[in-house]
Order: sequence, then structure tokens, then C-alpha cells
Amino acid sequence: MSAPAAASADPEAARGGIGKAPSDAPFIKVTSDVPFIVALSLLGGVYVFLIVAMLVADLAFTTRGNLTEALNSPEIRYSIRLSLLSCSMTTIFALWSAVPLGYLLSRFEFRGKHLIEAVVDIPIVLPPLVVGLSLLVLFQTPVGRWLNETLPGGVTYAIPSVILAQYMVATAFAVRTMRATFDQINPRQEQVALTLGCSRGQAFWRVALPESRRGLVTAATLAWARSLGEFGPILIFSGATRMKTEVLPTTVYLEMNAGNIGGAVAVSLIMIAVALAVLVLMRAYGFGVKGEPAR
Amino acid sequence: MIRVRNLCVRAGGFTLDGVSFALETGRYGILMGKTGSGKTTILETLCGLRKPDAGSVELMGRDVTQAKPAARGVGYVPQDGALFSTMSVREHLAFALAIRHWKLRDIEARVEELARLLGIAHLLGRMPAGLSGGERQRVALGRALSFKPGILLLDEPLSALDDETREDMCALIQSVRAATGVTTLHVTHNLKEAARLADQVFFLKDSRLHEATGDELKSSLANGAAPRWLAPAGPPLTGGVA
Repeated sequence: MSAPAAASADPEAARGGIGKAPSDAPFIKVTSDVPFIVALSLLGGVYVFLIVAMLVADLAFTTRGNLTEALNSPEIRYSIRLSLLSCSMTTIFALWSAVPLGYLLSRFEFRGKHLIEAVVDIPIVLPPLVVGLSLLVLFQTPVGRWLNETLPGGVTYAIPSVILAQYMVATAFAVRTMRATFDQINPRQEQVALTLGCSRGQAFWRVALPESRRGLVTAATLAWARSLGEFGPILIFSGATRMKTEVLPTTVYLEMNAGNIGGAVAVSLIMIAVALAVLVLMRAYGFGVKGEPAR
Repeated sequence: MIRVRNLCVRAGGFTLDGVSFALETGRYGILMGKTGSGKTTILETLCGLRKPDAGSVELMGRDVTQAKPAARGVGYVPQDGALFSTMSVREHLAFALAIRHWKLRDIEARVEELARLLGIAHLLGRMPAGLSGGERQRVALGRALSFKPGILLLDEPLSALDDETREDMCALIQSVRAATGVTTLHVTHNLKEAARLADQVFFLKDSRLHEATGDELKSSLANGAAPRWLAPAGPPLTGGVA
């Protein structure tokens, strides 16, 4: 009998024969997955622990008196109201820019696309103070000065400057999110919509935009949260005037400068509570859609 | 009627060069070929989703080579169905009619008619996420037929289905064809599916289109032999243009 015939007749022999060394066997000793999972948990857990530890330390540091005092302060109440208002307006403006820009960058090829992608990322890589300084310089140009003089109340060192400073940074993150969202949506659905009679605009409004709902919520959340924490550009471009351009990060800064660490920590906790409440609401609304969550 | 003359399409590193064929009104054409041979490219060009570099596309007697997809009146079912995840089955069937500003009463009547034809009346309130593969393809078929197109293009609509569901869908496609008389071009890899449905078979190979009738394919299969144009160096039967 030839060797191949023998091999086909005896599968055991084909694998090396009975009695071969165990190292030649088709099975290997499987090591435990526990060390890998433990390593993942430890490395990731350090970060989670630090966040929780910070919050616990804040809570331990402040007193009920600090919180009551902060909540009863007209300046801090004003800064909470301005923070909520400016962040919400910034989020709306950011989405108005991010959705079309994200869709254009995702669905169309055109000359200068890479340049626009790089330009959109500039506010992300620039130091926040530089964004504020650049805005201040922009409003020293003839067009900027005209806007400052024409708009009621002006822009620089007024509430519009707070929104503009937040918008400049928050929109960059929203654009990135919307671009990634549209990249993940299969363009085939829009193509089918075109064959069903849609123009490109109709395919966008009726198919792509509803499909991107989850990404929209993420972009809005990111823009809102980013705006709430914005401080550097606001300090330079809007100043830190109480009852005028004071948002919650400005309050923390002013309270610390005044040596009131307890007040600063109380305001920080209020910020954390407000941010958590808004983010939870946004998430709940965004994922409570019929059918599967849109991307 | 579908008439394609000297179609040239370049997409990335892939080229479709000088393809011509015709499918008479009311006929059922099957387009076959290896993966990557350009079948989907031909369908996308017929839909208007891909612009040809040369050649012409004539649908129902109109030259639509430069026309937008919306202006072609073609029903298109892509491979995965591409259902809209935010719309119910009812909204899928009504989509093209709402775009055409049909009256609400007429839309409802058409949706009911389609749901009966396709056996999906019980699914009208459901979202795509809860549908099986066969149900999804029925909905995609209904959406494509909703506005009564003269031409239906199916891109491997049965490829992801199990044998039993595939049989059901084949029977359904035959009954839809009998009910609507729509001219259909159907891409598939499956010879049995082709033999069952085809009036005409086009086989795309090395950018050449080989053509045979459905009866020729059936008799080849009945004799237990693969059609000669499936052989590696098989010459075109008829109508192939390189």
C-alpha cells in the first residue's frame, strides 16, 4: 500500500501516528483568560477610580453650607443660567454647521477636501487661549469692529462672545462626530431613495438624517459638554465680568482667585450635577427611538 | 425594454468595456458572472447611480444615459435590501408614493395591494430590525414595485436566504411577475434560480457578455451539463460584445 493510501485509510496515522509526542497533537493546552481580563480591568480601572476619587474628594471637601451659599448667590445663579443658555445655543449652532459639513465631507469628493478637513481640526489642536486671542484679534479687523458696533450690545466682552467662543471649539468636535456617523451609514440606502424618486436633498432629509439620529445625539452631547467646560477662550474673548459674561468655569476661577476654595468646589459640584442631568436626559431622548437606534 | 449599447464603465481598478445587450419588455433577464465581473456595476449604471464613460442606456424607449436615478422610473432591490432602519414596513411601501405626492387614500390603497401581493400584510407596523431575511427582501421588493416601475432590477436578492425561503421567494417573484408584467433584470450566482426564472440569461465573463435563452439553460441543466459558456474558455453563444 502506498503512503498516501495508508494515510487516507488511517486518519490517526495521517496526523502523525498513535504514540507520537504530545507536542505534535492537534490540541494545545489553553491558558486561562483570567490574567488578560484582570490586566484590562486594572489598567482601565485606574482611570475610573481617579474620576470617582475626584468626585468623592469634592463631596468630602464641601459642606452643605457651601452649597446653599453658592445656590443662593445671585452671581452664581446668573452664571448657572448663562451657562445653560449659552451651551444650549452653542449646541444648536454647532449642529447647524456640523451636520452639513460632516455630510459633505463624508459623501462627496471635491478639490480641497483634505485642506478643509485639516482646517476643521485646527480648533481641536490649538491651545484654548489661542482660540480666544485669535477671536479677539478677528474682532479688531474692520469687519469685526463693524459687527461690534452694529450688533446691539456688541460681541466682544458681551454674551455673544461667550457663545462664539464656545461654538468655535465645540463645533470642531461635533463635525468629527457627524463625519464619522455619516461614514458609518451605508450610502446604499440613500441610493435606493434616489431610485425611488428622491433628489439628493430629499434623500438626505428623509433617509440619511433620520438614520444619523444616534450620531446627532452624540454630537449634541459632546458639543454641549465641551461648551460647559470651555474657559480659556471665554476668559480672553469675553472677560470675567460678574453678572455679565460669567459662566460656571469663570465662577470657579473667580472664587478661587478670591481664596474661597469651598465656594469654588461647591460650584464645581453644581457643574457636575448640571452636566450629568443634561447628558442623561439627552441620552434618554436620543436612544428612545422606535426600532433600532439610528447611527 | 432595456437596451444597453457599448457600455464602458471604469470604477477604481475595474473596467467594463463595450458591453451591449437588450431585454424586451415584459421579459425576465438573469445576469450571471463571477464575483467582481461587473454585474452590480451594470445594474448601478442602469439605475443611474453610476455614470458610464461611454455608451448609452435606453429604458422603455427613452435614452436615459445622462438622466438622474429619480427620472428613470426603475425599481431597484440591492443585495442587502438596504431598508431604512427608521421607517416601518408601511412607510417603506409608501415612501416613493409620498415623494410623488400621491393622495393619502391612494397611498393607503396601494400599500394594502402590495402587502397582499407580497404576503406582508401582517408586517406593516413592524420595523426592519425585527424582520427575517426573507421578510426584509419582500419589503425591499414591495418598496421597489410601489410606484409601478416599468423596469425592476434585482441585485442578488435571494443570495442570503436559506433554501426554503429562497424557494418561497422564487415563487413570489414569479407571481409578482405574472401580476405586474414588469421587465426584470435579476443578478444571481445560482443556476437553479436562473433556470427557474429566466426568459433570457446573460453571462458576464472577462468583460464579455454571453447570452442564452432560459430554455437553453434549462435543457443544459436537465442534461446534467453546465452551459458551455460557463466553461473557462467558452466562446459567446450569441450577442456577446467585447
